[in-house]
Amino acid sequence: MTNKEYWYWLCNIDNIGLKKIQTLIDYFMTPEQVFYAKEDELKQFSILSETDIGKIIISKDSAKIQDAYAKLSEKGIYFVTIEDKEYPRKLLNIFQPPFALYYKGSLPREGEKSMAIIGARNCSEYGKEVTKYLSSQLARAGLQIISGLARGIDGYAHEGALAVSGYTYAVEGCGIDICYPKENISLYMDMQLKGGVISEYAPGVYPNPGNFPMRNRIISGLSDGILVIEAKEKSGSLITVDMGLEQGKNIYALPGRSCDLLSRGCNNLIKMGAKLVSGVEDILEDFAPKYEKNENELKNYDKLLETEEKIVYACLSLMPKHLNEIAFEANMDIIKLSEILFNLELKNYIKQNRKNYYSYIT
Amino acid sequence: MFSKAFSAAVSGIDGIIVSVEADVSDGLPVFDLVGYLGSEVREARERVRISLKNSGFRLPPKRITINLSPADIRKEGTAFDLPIAISILTAFGYIPQENLEKTLFIGEVSLNGAINKVNGVLPIVYSALKQGFTRCIVPECNAREGAVVQGMEVYGFDTLQAVVQFLNNESYKEPTYLNMEELFKLEFNLEEIDFSDVTGQDAAKRAIEIAASGMHNLLMVGPPGSGKTMLAKRIPTIMPELSFEESLEISKIYSVSGLLNNKDSLILKRPFRSPHHTITSAALTGGGRIPMPGEISLAHLGVLFLDEFPEFNRNTIEILRQPLEENEVTIARLQGTYRYPADFMMVAAMNPCSCGHYPDRNKCNCSINQVKRYLGKISRPLLDRIDLCIECLQVDYKDLEIRKRSETSADIRNRVMMARDIQSSRYKNESFYFNSQLTPKTIGEYCKLGKEEHKILEVAFNKMNLSARAYHRILKVARTIADLDNSDNILKKHLSEAICYRSLDKKYWEE
Repeated sequence: MTNKEYWYWLCNIDNIGLKKIQTLIDYFMTPEQVFYAKEDELKQFSILSETDIGKIIISKDSAKIQDAYAKLSEKGIYFVTIEDKEYPRKLLNIFQPPFALYYKGSLPREGEKSMAIIGARNCSEYGKEVTKYLSSQLARAGLQIISGLARGIDGYAHEGALAVSGYTYAVEGCGIDICYPKENISLYMDMQLKGGVISEYAPGVYPNPGNFPMRNRIISGLSDGILVIEAKEKSGSLITVDMGLEQGKNIYALPGRSCDLLSRGCNNLIKMGAKLVSGVEDILEDFAPKYEKNENELKNYDKLLETEEKIVYACLSLMPKHLNEIAFEANMDIIKLSEILFNLELKNYIKQNRKNYYSYIT
Repeated sequence: MFSKAFSAAVSGIDGIIVSVEADVSDGLPVFDLVGYLGSEVREARERVRISLKNSGFRLPPKRITINLSPADIRKEGTAFDLPIAISILTAFGYIPQENLEKTLFIGEVSLNGAINKVNGVLPIVYSALKQGFTRCIVPECNAREGAVVQGMEVYGFDTLQAVVQFLNNESYKEPTYLNMEELFKLEFNLEEIDFSDVTGQDAAKRAIEIAASGMHNLLMVGPPGSGKTMLAKRIPTIMPELSFEESLEISKIYSVSGLLNNKDSLILKRPFRSPHHTITSAALTGGGRIPMPGEISLAHLGVLFLDEFPEFNRNTIEILRQPLEENEVTIARLQGTYRYPADFMMVAAMNPCSCGHYPDRNKCNCSINQVKRYLGKISRPLLDRIDLCIECLQVDYKDLEIRKRSETSADIRNRVMMARDIQSSRYKNESFYFNSQLTPKTIGEYCKLGKEEHKILEVAFNKMNLSARAYHRILKVARTIADLDNSDNILKKHLSEAICYRSLDKKYWEE
């Protein structure tokens, strides 16, 4: 058996987690030696129970292990251990780094900056639009976007990056071969072409709730900065931020109105010193010093519009607005307004987020 | 001795003339009642016998046989009590047979000889007129209802005694008379609700105006308290005033259902029916062992408002599909097939999600999947029959404060009536009246687009990923908008507005 196969064996024993592996490796130095350890030798570890030892002994079936390991590559899954040189350097610096990672596609490229974008699953339409915008802008500037493939902000972050064919990586809280949640299957497939899906869990592991906080340490570990879009006061995203702070990452947060529950967490982060993000340049100035805002683009937009279209366009933002609100602000009747909105929609300046709600396209 | 009096039974919303024959002959004193009778008609035997006695008529011990003809139609209800009593009295010689000529009797008698209210007087009197009758004797409580039929002498009586005296020309009574014009005038000035009561919601108001003009079905989506119900209730106030024929048709349905009270002899307001979402399919479309009109027929020529649309039982709602196409409902039962008119405008209202507040994330914590699941409760085929859809916005304090002068129902009604006039002159050679009734074939004929408009629609079609059905609905609505604008051709602005109100697309279901 090869060294990788020994690692694969060690990482896949039932009920043997990071701490127990760490103890065994500290004593035996290599997984190979763990494999050949006698039962009596194992008994000296107080951390291992009777059943654990039983499980270790039963699992020592080299034919089975080799077979299972071979199946990984058949499925297009790569296996990388902490000893390999492909293993992401950044993860070596975090508390309890995973001993092995499974991935599809590729791992984040070393030397390139990466940004984690995280937030609530039940996000607002505004959160969705801002996420897509920021993610695509960051990806276009060359940053790798890392998130968790969850519903809501995570998914939109990947979507934004993929829209400009940027690099984006998802860290899953379940087995690498499972797409959780299912509706993100197209993201899951697309990002393997440019970017990748990463997990510390072996194929077939069910998305248990307990896996997700652990996954968050990898998200923060892989990134150079963490951008929180929308988070309630007690949000899972804040776990990622805490880990990120321990790991010394930059924290960015999108501010919200004081009354918005979904922005409480972000506003609290800003209070505690996270960088307030009002535009993509707030992030890019830390990573890409040469970044210059492309203002010409916006001006060109203006020239193409007629006066009334400009009035309506000026009323819109990334926050979707209802027909009635636009009519009130632009002081126009519905009949005329619907025509102008239709024109703008056809010209690709604005879009309907849901029935009768409009926001502009960036 | 043989005698014959006339009465009528109700089938659907039409009256069928029934002759009540009585024969008195020697034999054992028996009272026999034949002619395919319901149990309440069979019970008439006891009621009639005792009420005759208590009205002071002595019946000699003879064999009495009553036959209700035609004998193959099921007779239901209590309206046959009076004609049975009259025919017996005629057979015994209390009333001369020639005095019953061209006279129709309906009414329930009670044991003391009084005559009680019955249902379905209006359709019966109406068919009696068609059949050549000249006078109708009805319960006093139903006299005004019957008097609506012009050209028929309708007399209302309280007691059996009084009827006999009248028939024998011992007393004189004027037929009940109703001044129709005054009745209508009085009613139209009595509108308590008005569109100007609703603040904000300009988009919804405009959509309602279009819907009312072309009789398009409408769906309103919005959070609780955004005024969906308030708006829906005011839709009848912008529809054209009822004509006499329309009023008569609606009143017939209400008469059959027993919903006309003594004061309203006619239904003069367009119906607004808002059944609760726990309603059963039989109550919605009509039915029961003895079929009665359901809510959709009671909403005939008016508005059927389905609040909390997704909460309705799915099977109940699916039943609406046929009536929405055919404007009437056919109910088949063991005893026969009944047809009730059901030409209504369907207005449905629903919340955007199960808690009702999406997309306001401060109040709504539904996941996107939950939102989609909630929307998905409405079936596609039914959604395809809804031409217009509008999302209402929560009204905030600011809107309530600003007392912007909003239009009254009368202003809107004028425009609606104009648009309807245009439609009725356009479709004078067709079998339908409204733009909403256009079929894909007739759309091609009546909704012609210019070259430029064609191009725009094509662009929009591809860009917005519209379905073929959506395409037809957009054209129908655009036709109505053009009519409201008094424009012969459908222009770009009409199309763009129609697209703005297009029904919920597939993409809102699946994103």
